[in-house]
Formats: sequence, C-alpha cells, structure tokens
Amino acid sequence: MLNENRIRILYIDLTDKAFRVEERGDLFDWLGGIGIATKLFSELVQSGADPFDPGQPIIFAIGPLTTIFPLVTKTVAVFRSPLTGHWGESYAGMRLAYALRFAGYDAVVVTGAAGRLAYAVITPEGVEFKDARRLRGLSTEETGRILREAEPGRGHRSTIRIGPSGERRVCFAGVNVDTYRHFGRMGLGAVMGAKNLKALVVSGAGSYPITDPKAYRKAYEEIYNRAVKTEIMDKYHGLGTPANVVPLNELGALPTRNLQSNRFEKAEAVSGEAFARENLVRKLACTGCPVGCIHVGLFRREFAEDYEYETVTLAYDHELIFALGTFLGIGTREGIFSLIEKVELLGLDAISSGVILGWMTEALEKGLITEEQVGAHLAFGAVEPYLEALDRLVEQPNELYATLAKGLSVAVERFGGSDFACLLGGHEMAGYHTGYGFVLGQTVGGRHSHLCNAGYALDQEHGILADPDGMMRRLVSEEKWRQVLNSLCLCLFARNIYDEPTTEMALQSVGIEVSEERLKELGDRIFNLKLETKKRLGFKPTQVQFPKRYLETPTFQGQLKEEVLRDLHQRYLREIGEY
Amino acid sequence: MAKVLTVKHMNRCIACYSCMLACSRVVFGRFSAAKSAIQIRTRGGLQSKLAANICIGCLEPSCAEACPEEALVGRKGGGVRFKTEKCTGCQVCVAACIADVIEFDEADGKPIVCIQCGSCARFCPHGVLEMAERPVEAR
Repeated sequence: MLNENRIRILYIDLTDKAFRVEERGDLFDWLGGIGIATKLFSELVQSGADPFDPGQPIIFAIGPLTTIFPLVTKTVAVFRSPLTGHWGESYAGMRLAYALRFAGYDAVVVTGAAGRLAYAVITPEGVEFKDARRLRGLSTEETGRILREAEPGRGHRSTIRIGPSGERRVCFAGVNVDTYRHFGRMGLGAVMGAKNLKALVVSGAGSYPITDPKAYRKAYEEIYNRAVKTEIMDKYHGLGTPANVVPLNELGALPTRNLQSNRFEKAEAVSGEAFARENLVRKLACTGCPVGCIHVGLFRREFAEDYEYETVTLAYDHELIFALGTFLGIGTREGIFSLIEKVELLGLDAISSGVILGWMTEALEKGLITEEQVGAHLAFGAVEPYLEALDRLVEQPNELYATLAKGLSVAVERFGGSDFACLLGGHEMAGYHTGYGFVLGQTVGGRHSHLCNAGYALDQEHGILADPDGMMRRLVSEEKWRQVLNSLCLCLFARNIYDEPTTEMALQSVGIEVSEERLKELGDRIFNLKLETKKRLGFKPTQVQFPKRYLETPTFQGQLKEEVLRDLHQRYLREIGEY
Repeated sequence: MAKVLTVKHMNRCIACYSCMLACSRVVFGRFSAAKSAIQIRTRGGLQSKLAANICIGCLEPSCAEACPEEALVGRKGGGVRFKTEKCTGCQVCVAACIADVIEFDEADGKPIVCIQCGSCARFCPHGVLEMAERPVEAR
C-alpha cells in the first residue's frame, strides 16, 4: 500500500461468492509484483491437484511504484500453467495496474469456480459477482464492449476478459486486457475459463497523500525526462518492437516456416518500417507510460467486389509478426493482420498459436497427421487455411484438435514430430533464433520465456561463447535482477532507465528504504522460491530437451551443437546449485 | 496576455495519463489521476478517439461569479485562482461551470479546480496540450 509498510490483498472466492481483504506486514519484505505473487502462490498452490482444479489460485499483483512512476505499468499474474503443468507467470499492461493501484489492492487472489459463467467487479468497496451467461462464447472485443457499457468508472477502470478459447480451456488461451494488451502466455485464459470467470472489471479512482513531495517530484521528473527526452526509449516509441524484424533477418535469426529457415525472403514487406509506413494510424500507452509503444495499425479488407471494404484496427508487435507471419511463411501485412484479428477475437496466445500452426503444417507435409483430420490444406504462406485451423483449435471437433488444444508438447507425444516442434522448456518458442543463449535461456528460464533472462541479447555480444561459465553466470544474474524489476512490475522495456541506483532513488522517494544488498537478496530469494515451487509442481531442472530443429537450422553463431547445449546446461545447473 | 490551457492536437494523445498524474502530483500533492483538473477520456473504448476534459479558461468565469465565498476569483488572461481556505465545499461552482469540467472531491470536500498552471502540458510527451494565448476573437 502507498505510504504503508504493508501489502493489501483482496481474496476472492468464486465458489462461495465471497471476498475478504487482508493486510500483511510480513509480505512487505517481498516488495511487490512477482515477489509477493511468488510468495502467495507458493502458499496457496495445490501441488496434488490439476491446473484446472477450482482450488488452484490465480494471483494478480502490482508493485510499490505502480503508476506513480513512469513506465511502471505492469500487472503480473501467477497461476498453475495448464500448458507446462507447473509455473505460470504472465505480465500485462494497459490500465489494469492503474486500476488496482487506485482501487487500493496490491494483490488479488482468485480461487474457487463460479457455478455459472460469471464476471466480477472489483472496486475499493469490495467485489460484486455478476451473471455472465449472456457473454458466453463472445469474442474478447464484444465482451469488452458490453462490460464497458454495463459498468461504471469510465477512464479509471480496466476490463480483462477471455474469449471462446479460454471458456473451452484451450491451454494456450490468453486474457485480453483493455483491448490492446494481454496476459498472453502460459494459459491464464484457460484457468479463468475453468473457474467460469469470463471477466474481471477493476475500477479505482482513489488518491493518496504524497509524504515527501520534494523528493518524489525530483525523482519522478528525473525518470520522466530520461524516458521522454533521451534516446533510451526511442526504439520502442518509433517503430516499436517490429523494429527487430529487419535486423533479425539480416542476422539470420528470424524463425521462418517452422524454423526451417533463419531468414525470410519477404521480411521487408512485413518489417516494422513497412507496417509503420503503410498501416500505422496511432500509438497508445499503458497508463503512466509517457513512451507509448503500442502500435495500432489499420487494416482495410475488401470483402466483396464493387469497392466493398471493412476496416479493422489492431495492435501489432514483433512477436505477432514472427509467430503469425514469418513462422508461417506469410509475407503480406494483410495476411498477418487477418491472423492477428482471429487470435485476438478468439482470445488465444499469438505466439503459441503460430508455433502450433507451423508444426501442423510440417506434420501434414510429413504425413504424421492427415488433411482429413486437419480439415484444411495447411501450407506455408496460405492465410485462409490457417484461419480455419485457428477456429478448430477452439472448437476441437476431433481428437487431433482436442490434443493440440492442450499444447504442442502434449500433441507430439500423441502424434510424433517432436524433432520439429519448436518448443523450449515445454513452451512454444519466441521469435529469436539467435543461438545458444536464446535456446538455453528460454529452456531454463522461470517462465520459459525469452524475457526471463534475455539469452537472445547475450547471443549478440561478441565473444560470449569463449567463456561458457561466465555466460551462464550472466544468465542467472540477469534473471535474478529481473525478479527485482518484476517485483516493481515495471515494463521491462524500461530496464535501461531503472538501473540499480535509479530504482533505489525512486523507492526511497516514496519512503521505502532499500540498499543494493537488500535488492540483490530479494532477487535471489524470489528466484529460489520460484524454483522450489516449480519443483514441487513436478518440474525437473535436470531434464531438458533440445528439439533437433534448433540444431539443424543455423544461427549466426553457426549450427548449434547438442553437446555444447548439454554442457552449457550442466554449467547452468551448477551455477544455480542444482546437480 | 496570460496563457491558458489549450488542447492543440487531441489526435496525438496516447492516453498515458501523464497530464492527470502531473496535476495530482504538482497541484494537489496527491498520488492520483482522478484528483486532477484535466481528465482524459475515450469516446467509447480504447479503439475510439480520445478527448480531454479541461478548464476552458473563461474570461468571465461562471464558477467565480457563482462562488458565494470568493474562493474562486477571476485570473487575468482567463480562468480562475482558487483560495482553498475560503472554500466551504458548497459545490455551487460545480453546477455553475459552463464547460461542465469541475469535479468534486468527496474525500476532502473541495472542488478539483484548474488553476491554469500548465503542469499537465509540461508533462505531455506528445504535444497534445499547450499553454497558449487565446485567439483574438475569443478574448
């Protein structure tokens, strides 16, 4: 809580339609965000029960600097992932963190399952439970519109909702947050679906006194000026994350056609530059971020002859261009927008969706699955069949789709094809085939994301492979420092603004005493508790797989060798004390 | 002539709320975006255009004319000055504002009044807001 050394938690029980608020002083030592979410989740998760068991908790948390400092805009969600079976962790921006902050909750814990499809409204006064049966089967967009009209709090609220994919428990269903951001990865949408929870509306317009206005204003302005008046954030505001497409292609690091290739011959047409030139119509920001990296493109579709057009506006990012573009051999922006629109409306995670479609295309070519099962002639570069397959992943009309809806790692056990399934740590890959750092980093990272430890960035440092132990130390220390940043729940794009002294200055200006040692200890503590909890849920750090495809398709570090990956992995395990 | 707050380029707004946070922080000494005399709104969800509800800096401010305590007094160049200590929280100004932009803060019993300080414009990263002299015909 602002100005208080306590963490204020809202507990919601969907089964009994009950809620209570608890303030815990002991959690203050975990700072906020992923720190308190890790602690709460480790206390509440039921290791013997399925991820869809009503008793499993979803933890949402924000940090001590949320909204009151520039770029501190994220909410973390921690849950038992139906995709990997263990640790689920995902971040989303837009207005959710702001609304939680001024509704007065540092964390929200959701347990139980509603008897009928429901949504819940969170305000400073507590929780209202509402009937959501009219929202059944509706897209994320239509759900958002209806709730926006039904609930008060304009301008100071957030609406997070699932689409039909979450309701049908597709294990890579995400949660849409205020139209343009998502809890995308690891299946939070399916967990909400299992709880019969279609949406949460959080509304908060409170205010708190500033105790040390001089120190706070000085700290705020320094960080604001760094974000707005220096070049640090230019990349994110200018072209946004799609700025990566061309350089990754030039490096030979752009996963193309199910990673059969590391370059895409049509990269230019789907580059950040092309999207900006031809489609970009506006930029938006998460509440409290003066940068504004959300790039909204306009997509005009001719739906009939005689100049019949419809217009759609959609947010685009590098990961979507990769997963629904290059990875599927789609070389037109219109094609990519069509696929983005589809995954948005269905409420699917774009990355996992694209990686699964890529595998399906190749599995069909190789005869592991049949066209009759697929129901569409999937081929790299063809948009329409992919649109049909996405609908079927949600409908699950046969065993193939019902299995795929559990995620690619389950599907390859049934149908084979694990050599070309682009999974790392059981999670569909992100869009950087940069080398050992990426492959190992996503494999070992706490949430099996490229963002856990930024191995892809390490790959781009000259001479990094000469010192394998040093490289592994860097991966671990980066992941531990990111636990601190994620305890603040700031946007990781701002990690170069919030270096260690800046972070201390910001915290101290609002009365939170920290030191370099304390932050370091916090990072270690969260890292260790997360690993311990994951192991309790069945994760085995010593057992990893490196699908052959990563070894076949070269990187700019050359062709990766399994023995080198295994050796790096052993060194990593020693570094974290697991062997 | 003194400058008043102007929305120069509404279409450039990115909805970051930096202006609202600045008003709360600088003028009211609060962590908040609701306790702000400028309010950014969508016109129907984030897919729609945005709008800014701001004090229009009247030369003949109806809020000051209506204030029975002289807590609100006209400011040279447009808008008002707010003498908080004189305010009794009667809310007459809220009803009198011709632009319908004065909110009332129930928590501290005072209206949320723009004092034309320009803090919001200073923290607008996208050139949406500006302190400008009003055009001649509007003087």
